[in-house]
Amino acid sequence: MDTRVEPGRPPAPLAGEARLGWARWLLQRRETGIVGVAVAMVVVFQILTTTFLTATNLSVIFQLAAEIAIIAVAEVPLMVLAEIDLSLGNIFALSSFVMYFAYQAHLGLVAGIAAGVASGAVVGLLNGLITVKLRVPSFIGTLGMLYALNGFTLIISGGYPVITPAGGGLASVMGAANAAPFIWAGVIVVVWHVFLNRTRVGGYTVAVGSNPVASREAGIQVDQVKILAFVLAGALAALTGIIEAFHLSSIDPLAGGTGLLLEGIAAAVIGGTALTGGSGTIVGAAVGAFVISGLNDGLNVLGVNAYAFDLILGVAIVVAMVLNTRIARSGGASRGDV
Amino acid sequence: MATSSAPSPAPPAPERVLEARNVRKSFGAISVLKGVNLHLDRGEVLGLIGDNGAGKSTMIKILSGYHSPDAGEILIYGQPVHFRSPADSRAAGIETVYQDLGLVNDLSVYRNLFLRREPVRRYLGLVPILDDRRMEEESRVFLQAMRVSIPSVRSTVATLSGGQRQAIAVARSVYLKPRILILDEPLAAMGAKEGRMILDLIVELKRTQATSIILIAHNYAQVFDVCDRIAWLADGTIRLDVPVSQTSVEEMTRLVTEEYRLPS
Repeated sequence: MDTRVEPGRPPAPLAGEARLGWARWLLQRRETGIVGVAVAMVVVFQILTTTFLTATNLSVIFQLAAEIAIIAVAEVPLMVLAEIDLSLGNIFALSSFVMYFAYQAHLGLVAGIAAGVASGAVVGLLNGLITVKLRVPSFIGTLGMLYALNGFTLIISGGYPVITPAGGGLASVMGAANAAPFIWAGVIVVVWHVFLNRTRVGGYTVAVGSNPVASREAGIQVDQVKILAFVLAGALAALTGIIEAFHLSSIDPLAGGTGLLLEGIAAAVIGGTALTGGSGTIVGAAVGAFVISGLNDGLNVLGVNAYAFDLILGVAIVVAMVLNTRIARSGGASRGDV
Repeated sequence: MATSSAPSPAPPAPERVLEARNVRKSFGAISVLKGVNLHLDRGEVLGLIGDNGAGKSTMIKILSGYHSPDAGEILIYGQPVHFRSPADSRAAGIETVYQDLGLVNDLSVYRNLFLRREPVRRYLGLVPILDDRRMEEESRVFLQAMRVSIPSVRSTVATLSGGQRQAIAVARSVYLKPRILILDEPLAAMGAKEGRMILDLIVELKRTQATSIILIAHNYAQVFDVCDRIAWLADGTIRLDVPVSQTSVEEMTRLVTEEYRLPS
């Protein structure tokens, strides 16, 4: 191996730089696998159903994909930190009731929405503090939070759904308009992708998940980075609950929950994010949400037994994880831009 | 002390970057350092050698602020210092590269070089976004000046070889322009070819005289050529402190193996 450059040579690209062609770039992207799966799924379902790619059907798919995608995006930075939040599905249910009660207390809809999102951030802060300060593994701490929030939401709601406050233009923007959830999901994906890949704190998130000791030595505030990730995840889950409340015009104490949470985690995993820390992709998680939603819809349209969906998703999660660890071991993947 | 005026015109005394005087450290009943005297001059490469358990790591951890000495003094440019944390040591211009690398495997080479010092550009006047182009450019120019060869500064560190990773770790510390660079076993578990890159890097640093280096080595034969002076630490004291011109690998070997035969 030649480890020297000729003296006096002007700065030029280092050897090998030019060989990174588009084919290699594609192979190295974490998202490539899930995008391939998504394309294959669309092609197969379109051939089998012939109605899969109609506007009506796609709108159904995107509706469902939107909420899964936001939960998945919320989970990715935590998974990059080798942490997890199991309470996001229950924050989803809590936040719209917080909004509802604030509205009932004549605080106005804007304040109600703010209070709802803030309630999620506060739960996230609690999750973060329990994980970082009390050193409870986040799997356990947030499992406790999952049950506690479920109980709390059922108590304050009395167990019955309520009607979402009417709010004209604001309600449309917040989710009542047909395309609103999808647009929210799109914006959130872009913002979180930029956050994780192109900001300092996003980079520290990767650093802490990859090498906590070196991160601390370099002067990164490891605890603060983790707490921030929990707070942001809680706020996002709360926002998702509010968006769905406006979209469905009703607030159900049993909405979201573990079903939505697990679909979010599944989307992140099949999208290329491992729980092992250090690597993850926001875009992959969003495409993963589309695949889960599309699979559900396509099997429905085909009239296949609904149980097949769970069977296929289960196998897909395990296969995705096996592929992830293989890629990690071979060292062949550059983790997105990070 | 040593700088008392001499009557005849002597060559200018080398600038003393670091001096440790009679440093002692015990852990419980075990006395690890029993009065270590050590110095480092500007632009010098000091090889600190000794067997496992001789106290090398403890000495380094004192210099890098992880431990406080029980007794004795540390002087930087003649000024006594008391490090209470690694940050204090770093602020005094000491960078330490440990063999267990302080790199983030999941980030690119340039993001590692700039970790915690990332330049940002403000979009719309307020959103700080990383200036990747600048980091890439500066990393490329810097690594070329350091003669470190890697496939691309955009490579994820995990994809590099052990020697390349070590070179990046050293280069990252050098980038901070430390006055004193401490390299803890930089050639550990590395093949001859890989080790060559690190040694070249040290020679390059020596040539530019930018930083003074303490090189900790278990296998001193590997580093002998790049050192100006060798200090042998055994049983908690410096047993030998000589310019490399006045000793040889053979002599060092003889001394160290005699130490094995006649345990004190």
